[in-house]
Amino acid sequence: MIEVKDLHKSFNGEEILKGIDFVFESGKTNLIIGQSGSGKSVLLKCMLGLFKPDQGVIEYNGKAYSNFTDEEQRELRKEIGMVFQGGALFDSMTVEENVMFPLRMFTKQRKKDLKNRVAEVLERVNLTGSENKFPAEISGGMQKRVSIARAIVNKPKYLFCDEPNSGLDPKTATVIDNLIQEITKENDITTVIITHDMNSVLEIGERIAFLKDGILAWKGDKSQIFKTDDKTVTDFVYSSNLFQKVRKAQQQGM
Amino acid sequence: MSYLYSIGEYFLMIKGVFGRMTKRSVLKELIFKEINELIMGSLGIVSFISFFIGGVVAIQTALNLNNPLIPKTLIAFAARQSIILEFAPTFISIIMAGKVGSFITSSIGSMRVTEQIDALEVMGINSLNYLIFPKIVAMLTYPFVIAISMFLGIMGAYAAAVFGGFVGSDAFVTGLQDGFIGFHVVYAFFKTFLFAMILATIPAYHGYYMKGGALEVGHASTTSFVWTSVVIIIVNYIVTQLLLS
Repeated sequence: MIEVKDLHKSFNGEEILKGIDFVFESGKTNLIIGQSGSGKSVLLKCMLGLFKPDQGVIEYNGKAYSNFTDEEQRELRKEIGMVFQGGALFDSMTVEENVMFPLRMFTKQRKKDLKNRVAEVLERVNLTGSENKFPAEISGGMQKRVSIARAIVNKPKYLFCDEPNSGLDPKTATVIDNLIQEITKENDITTVIITHDMNSVLEIGERIAFLKDGILAWKGDKSQIFKTDDKTVTDFVYSSNLFQKVRKAQQQGM
Repeated sequence: MSYLYSIGEYFLMIKGVFGRMTKRSVLKELIFKEINELIMGSLGIVSFISFFIGGVVAIQTALNLNNPLIPKTLIAFAARQSIILEFAPTFISIIMAGKVGSFITSSIGSMRVTEQIDALEVMGINSLNYLIFPKIVAMLTYPFVIAISMFLGIMGAYAAAVFGGFVGSDAFVTGLQDGFIGFHVVYAFFKTFLFAMILATIPAYHGYYMKGGALEVGHASTTSFVWTSVVIIIVNYIVTQLLLS
């Protein structure tokens, strides 16, 4: 579980996060949604320790990140898996080497054991047979799945995903969403996902934090977000034509 | 003010490079990879340029020796001095700033743009050490490249001078040995070592701290080449003033 309390962060005098409070529960897919510039990525980077908050606390299982010693921070980072928006795969490495990378860096297993673990994870993300391909030789959806495989290979306790299905077709996006949700349940991981995609919210939004202009404007789950009358939320949720039509149909009782 | 900030940031980067070390077995692999890419990959162009520039130096010297009182052995003497003192260490380093420096900036810059550096940091890896330390160690073998450049430069001068009919083989060898000062070689390799550190770190700095997208990677490579060359020229002047004057 990760708990964020009264988190503030500014850049060049401009306050990006204005006191965020939220609990990201383990075994659930926790979504951070909101428009571009609402502070989602800054919140994620604060949680990852890439940005230092100006004020507020981020607690990992009840212990404030700012109280961690350097050694504890390093240990915590070994328990974190991250799926970047663009995949962030290492270009010079094959799929197998990319997935094996965290294991090589942090474990002392024999090469045979490393290969077995990588094969197991690649099978989990349906990429068996792609071991020797380079990132440039595979599709965007496959790159995302390799990124997920790399993030989970070391059995993390925390999984962070920055727009995991951006730029993907709806079918592949659903596959990625379901995969993340299954992994979260199987391993009781605290999963934090940044997304703009309302389909993802509909699919896997177990806990949702809606940010607007650096403020936590709404929180709830996928069943509540489509029922709320909060105008800030509805403006965002029904901004796409498809969802507007669905809402109209619902209101007309169709 | 921004220059001062950049200089400070550069030295903090150097401190970070020697901070928390990457796992030794991984580092060993990276060092050999960098030696292959940065050093072995440059041998061809360095050899080609050194041989022909050595030849040009000999021909230019020979063509300017009109006075019959000046011995022809001076062709080899002048070629040796210019190649060992300046051409091999400094001129080749400027070329390497274009070849190796641009490669380092663009490869690290691309990693920055595509969040690969963030990925390393999130995993708890000291990205400065992982990315730059192997390059610095690989560049410790750079004097080996300069030694080859010196040798081939002098061979080029010999070929141009002797086979071009400007001087006999014996006279060339005599001129080559004439007034040889061992310290000049020490001086040349000392500044080569400094240039190696500059070649590894300044382009790495420009790549690591770049901001923006693919276009900015190109800009960073150009800026890196300019600054690496400028610093090499300035350091060359200071070292020459301190050691030879």
